[in-house]
Amino acid sequence: MKMIKNAAGRLVPDEINNQKQIPYKGVGKYKPTGHKYGPPIRSCADYPADGNKVVKNLREALERAGLKDGMTISTHHHFRDGDALTNMLFDTIHKMGVKNIRWFPSASFPVHSHLIKYLEDGTIHHIEGSMNGPLGRFASEGKMRGVGVLRSHGGRWQAIQDGEVHIDIAVIAAPTADPFGNATGDRGPAACGLLGFALADSIYADNVIVATDNLVPFPCIPWQIQGNNVDYVVEVPTLGDPSKIVSGTTRVTKSPDRLLIAEYIARFVDAAGFVKDGFSFQAGAGGINLAFLEFLKARMKEKGVKARFVRGGSTQYLVQMLEEGLTDFILDGQTFDLEGVRSMRENPNHVNTSPFTSYNFHGKGNFASMIDFVVLGATEVDLNFNGNVVTHSDGYLLHGIGGWQNCLTSKCTILAIPSFRDRIPVIVDEVTTLVGPGELIDVIVTERGIAINPNRKDLIKAVKGSGLPIKPIEQIFEEVNAIVGGKPAKPKLNKDKVVAVIKWVDGTVIDSVYQVEK
Amino acid sequence: MKVTAGRQGKTNRSDCYFELTSARSGGIKLKVQSKVESMYGESVRNLILEMCEFFEIKNLKIYLEDYGALPFTLAARFELAVKRLYSEIQKEYLPPFNPNSKYKTSKERFRRSRLYLPGNQPKLFINAGLHKPDGIILDLEDSVSPQEKDAAQLLVRNALRAVDFYGAERMVRINQLPKGLEDLKYVVPHNVHVILIPKCETADDVVAVRDEVNKIKKANKIRSKIYFMPIIESAKGVINAYEIASAADEVCAVAIGLEDYTADIGAQRTNEGKESFYARSALVNAAKAAGVQAIDTVFSDVNDMEALRQSVLEAKALGFDGKGCIHPRQIKVVHEAFAPTEEEIEKAKKIVAAFEEAKAKGLGVVSLGSKMIDPPVVKRALKTLEYLKQM
Repeated sequence: MKMIKNAAGRLVPDEINNQKQIPYKGVGKYKPTGHKYGPPIRSCADYPADGNKVVKNLREALERAGLKDGMTISTHHHFRDGDALTNMLFDTIHKMGVKNIRWFPSASFPVHSHLIKYLEDGTIHHIEGSMNGPLGRFASEGKMRGVGVLRSHGGRWQAIQDGEVHIDIAVIAAPTADPFGNATGDRGPAACGLLGFALADSIYADNVIVATDNLVPFPCIPWQIQGNNVDYVVEVPTLGDPSKIVSGTTRVTKSPDRLLIAEYIARFVDAAGFVKDGFSFQAGAGGINLAFLEFLKARMKEKGVKARFVRGGSTQYLVQMLEEGLTDFILDGQTFDLEGVRSMRENPNHVNTSPFTSYNFHGKGNFASMIDFVVLGATEVDLNFNGNVVTHSDGYLLHGIGGWQNCLTSKCTILAIPSFRDRIPVIVDEVTTLVGPGELIDVIVTERGIAINPNRKDLIKAVKGSGLPIKPIEQIFEEVNAIVGGKPAKPKLNKDKVVAVIKWVDGTVIDSVYQVEK
Repeated sequence: MKVTAGRQGKTNRSDCYFELTSARSGGIKLKVQSKVESMYGESVRNLILEMCEFFEIKNLKIYLEDYGALPFTLAARFELAVKRLYSEIQKEYLPPFNPNSKYKTSKERFRRSRLYLPGNQPKLFINAGLHKPDGIILDLEDSVSPQEKDAAQLLVRNALRAVDFYGAERMVRINQLPKGLEDLKYVVPHNVHVILIPKCETADDVVAVRDEVNKIKKANKIRSKIYFMPIIESAKGVINAYEIASAADEVCAVAIGLEDYTADIGAQRTNEGKESFYARSALVNAAKAAGVQAIDTVFSDVNDMEALRQSVLEAKALGFDGKGCIHPRQIKVVHEAFAPTEEEIEKAKKIVAAFEEAKAKGLGVVSLGSKMIDPPVVKRALKTLEYLKQM
């Protein structure tokens, strides 16, 4: 393994886990050619004519799928921190004595700290997907056998479609399914809304297993996952804890400082001229984002303005907008609360989408780039507007990328961030890990002021005279450093030991994550 | 001997907890558990060692749990622990004065909103000024438990020096007299603008504060003015309101506190507020007679912005100039409700224009249309326009 300097000036390995890597070349610069990856040819003659693909249990399904050492197994994060299936799956794999699995989740959650013992004993070789909380800590301390790979939601599609990741077995947790394998997420005891993150896997994996705790007679309507792509169906007693899958109620932040940030964003997008009939936006489900929605709604009502579509993460607040006629459609990527699930089930204008519609680099266009503005978060932003969402300033890998990188292509990308957390400044001289290049990040909104990327002269001009506290990013940086008692010390990292790489949306490597020295 | 300071528990943010054990030998033994270890661990240790040197402590066992406390908080908590352990130490470890915190105030400035901050909760201090209240109150009185009064004194002192309140008037509510007189030495030398005197009942209370403030000012060679806002919270205080308001030239406003007042007269506090109508009106009258501002009580339902708005409009109608806030989100609503209406502004502009015209023509009488305008009406119109200018 050799470290190469990429176009962002970051050192990245040319090879990891015995796979050659391409260093980041710049935004939109790397465009592979050839044909997309295709799954193996199957024949219906090999499948039960009566459509009944139900097998006894997970173990039998895995055995029939030919599970063996070194395979790639994919799972999905629709059940978030309430997921029981993935843990059950690896318990089974462990009992079967299979080793060196490459786990390819669309995201992981603290509930998956159960799997640390399998990372330790070699059942799992490494993770390619977000490493949240305890798993990130485990990887950061250099304990994982292989090198982790973090991709955006769109990057996952890209990696599957261009053959970078070949999935041997996809295991899809389905809140409702029929014996043929048709499946949906919008109903059943573990209803989570939609199953978009599993869509690529269902199409491209060699073997597809659907597991459900709510088996209904054929046909399962609607089908978000098409049974014609499914090999086996397994009935399990439970998929997880519904209260942790979707929250009963998502809540707007009560913190006055975060409310101030939310209010500034609403004033900013209005001053910048985005809030007009037919506009579109995406705002996520964090506390600031939800508060922003409330401020935006008030402005929209006052001006009598209606959005054409809003991209979810949906919550009760977005559903209210739809039902009050403030938007024509919700194009939903994941559902965060019960109201979102209900609305998706009942309202045809609340549409379930997947990363394919919005985020995939190999798609013939993406919804994400058509959006007027998007409001995102970050763990760090630097003076060049580069963003980090995966590591903290202490060097620990603690979060996944989600759709964050993919959303940066919107017409105006806004990061909503407190200027510091406890004593830790969020604006730094250089990000610990580069996840999003500054050229795609337009506006930083903190409680101490708003910094606009100097490249966006149009935005700077548009909000002039708005009375908003527009400041150079350096000024906020200095202000915060004076409060916290100087710049934070850089983390002690072992630069010889790469524990994970960060992929850009096109599959190139944009940065490396290093082992944290204790 | 062992003492503690600060609050222990992982849910604390921007604060810290110290345990100090005295020792006869062994030098300074420092154990730190910090949430921000890799970023600020060294800076935290350096500060504590520097303070040990400052207080001339040679041997001490120190255990610190740091939940991301800012330097002014760390220093206040450590000084507190040191002083709880060695009561004979008198020296003060003062953080550097923030160059942005040296601004002054004036007697006439607007005091529409004043935001209360519990004096022992440092995490609320830092961003308070961002919400643009006319004044922030670092509270040493009711929001601080009796056993933490010493903690709040040091924390408020350090905050007055280190924290930027972004132009808000810098107020401190001291404890009820006579205990409150003890608080003054922690605030007077550190550019406090207004001292709030709670449960003020007589002019003598104001005079006692003034005398003590003057003593400290003299000792510290402080020349800038420090103003007083007595808070009247009893039946007797209401009776003496005028004497209180005119007890000293430094009184800039008198405020009413209705929780204690209603309890004192044996009434229930209601939304309608009939039980306090007399006291509020009497206070406004006394304040205006003494030429100072009248400030209304706090509005305590932080979730009901509409009720707050109504309450401010009512206060404005009674003649009050300001309202107390206990949550930053209340500030904007208070300012909006105190602002003159379009109608008031238009009328004021017309009156002032007529006044200017009459002045230019050398006329003694101002008239608008067929109506004669009295001088107080002109004065009020000028005040309205002045308000707009200041906003």
